[in-house]
Amino acid sequence: MSKSRVINLKTGLAEMLKGGVIMDVIDVEQAKIAEDAGAVAVMALERVPSDIRKQGGVARMSPPELIQEIMEAVSIPVMAKCRIGHFTEAQVLETIGVDYIDESEVLTPADDEFHINKHDFKVPFVCGATNLAEALRRVGEGAALLRTKGEAGTGNIVEAVRHLRQINKEIRDVVNADEAELMTIAKNMGAPYELLQVVREEGRLPVPNFAAGGVATPADAALCMQLGAETVFVGSGIFKSDDPAGYAKAIVKAVAHFDDPAVVLEASKGLKGEPMRGIEMSALEEDQKLAKRGW
Amino acid sequence: MTSKPVIGVLALQGCVTPHKPHIEAAGGVFRPVKRAADFDGIDGLILPGGESTTMLKLIDRFELADCLKKAFERMPVWGICAGAILMGESVANPIQRSYGVIPVTLIRNGYGRQMDSTHFDIDGYTVSFIRAPIMAPVNDDVEILAKRGESPVWVLYNDKMATSFHPELTQDYPSPMHERFMSLITKH
Repeated sequence: MSKSRVINLKTGLAEMLKGGVIMDVIDVEQAKIAEDAGAVAVMALERVPSDIRKQGGVARMSPPELIQEIMEAVSIPVMAKCRIGHFTEAQVLETIGVDYIDESEVLTPADDEFHINKHDFKVPFVCGATNLAEALRRVGEGAALLRTKGEAGTGNIVEAVRHLRQINKEIRDVVNADEAELMTIAKNMGAPYELLQVVREEGRLPVPNFAAGGVATPADAALCMQLGAETVFVGSGIFKSDDPAGYAKAIVKAVAHFDDPAVVLEASKGLKGEPMRGIEMSALEEDQKLAKRGW
Repeated sequence: MTSKPVIGVLALQGCVTPHKPHIEAAGGVFRPVKRAADFDGIDGLILPGGESTTMLKLIDRFELADCLKKAFERMPVWGICAGAILMGESVANPIQRSYGVIPVTLIRNGYGRQMDSTHFDIDGYTVSFIRAPIMAPVNDDVEILAKRGESPVWVLYNDKMATSFHPELTQDYPSPMHERFMSLITKH
């Protein structure tokens, strides 16, 4: 091999997914609706987050058959979720051959102390984060892509906005810090020093950052993009709306021209029925907040 | 050409900004192209990597097909991975429509899914194959610039270029592929 400096293949796939929408789907029919609407990838799940929230119980990796059927049905990349710290579920997903694994707080954590050592895997991982230190710990463990946690299954964008703004603010603080301050910042934040150096030099996270958790409308998706997200995950927002195909297409359209209000307006019109109902954050008990999972 | 050539990169979705340092190092000006007006004044166009199904739909929804056809008639165009799929004569796995600009057939994900993605060396320059298509020329008019095994991976047909791999993810600027593309423009 030559000595060229090259972005690793895991983050390389994330580069291909930029400017797009990744949709949660629970069966082949939904996966095809997502692909037809222009999704750049699908997340194969047994239950969307709002149902996991409603039904309770332990949420686990989806059945392999379900994931495999979806992989056969669509030509776009297929992602699947494993529980935080459940490296055996991740091994199974890698063996199935999914294109990305989401080590996700939406499922019930399998390890209440440690995340998966993602360097051990050839398949790339995406992980959620609520702030810069959490994001950099996940990258330190080998995540090739980050997303905000938001608050999955609520149809309420407020938490995703909070996480995007928090990360943006902390990046600015690190960029503006004196180099001598960096080690203490690393200590206080609980972030790997070497990755903070990268953030300080480049003014951005070391891997792409997508938005997730609470996206329900074209305007929600465009808001996340304007706040710096590079692609948007939509979980319950599409298939829990009154018009899944309509909402799916509209959100794809709004993301492609997120900075043009005229296009977001056009995308927001003509939708048949309501977006998903949504939950006000104050209606959630502390132990119902999924974003608190992960360490 | 007195001023620097302007290279448009179709920016509806996919891997756009990594082209900027390559284009600039090869002596061009980078311009993301998203709407009809953005096509005015570009000297060459790159259809980047991403998801070809998403791009096809967005080209239709934003009514950019005519702009693309004009670009195909008037200037050098380079398709990368998904972009190559858009430019091919026919596409399989699954069958989908394409603009038929280069006489090659493409098999989507012919080199496999993400687990089969790999780096590969072309003339001492590392490139990335990511869920890459297999390309097969349908006639001898297609010039083959590089192969992986038996299959062509970098082809030229008049002033239309296609690569099944990504040179833009390599951070040594410019890539030989960007240089070659730029040479088509200066000749044009």
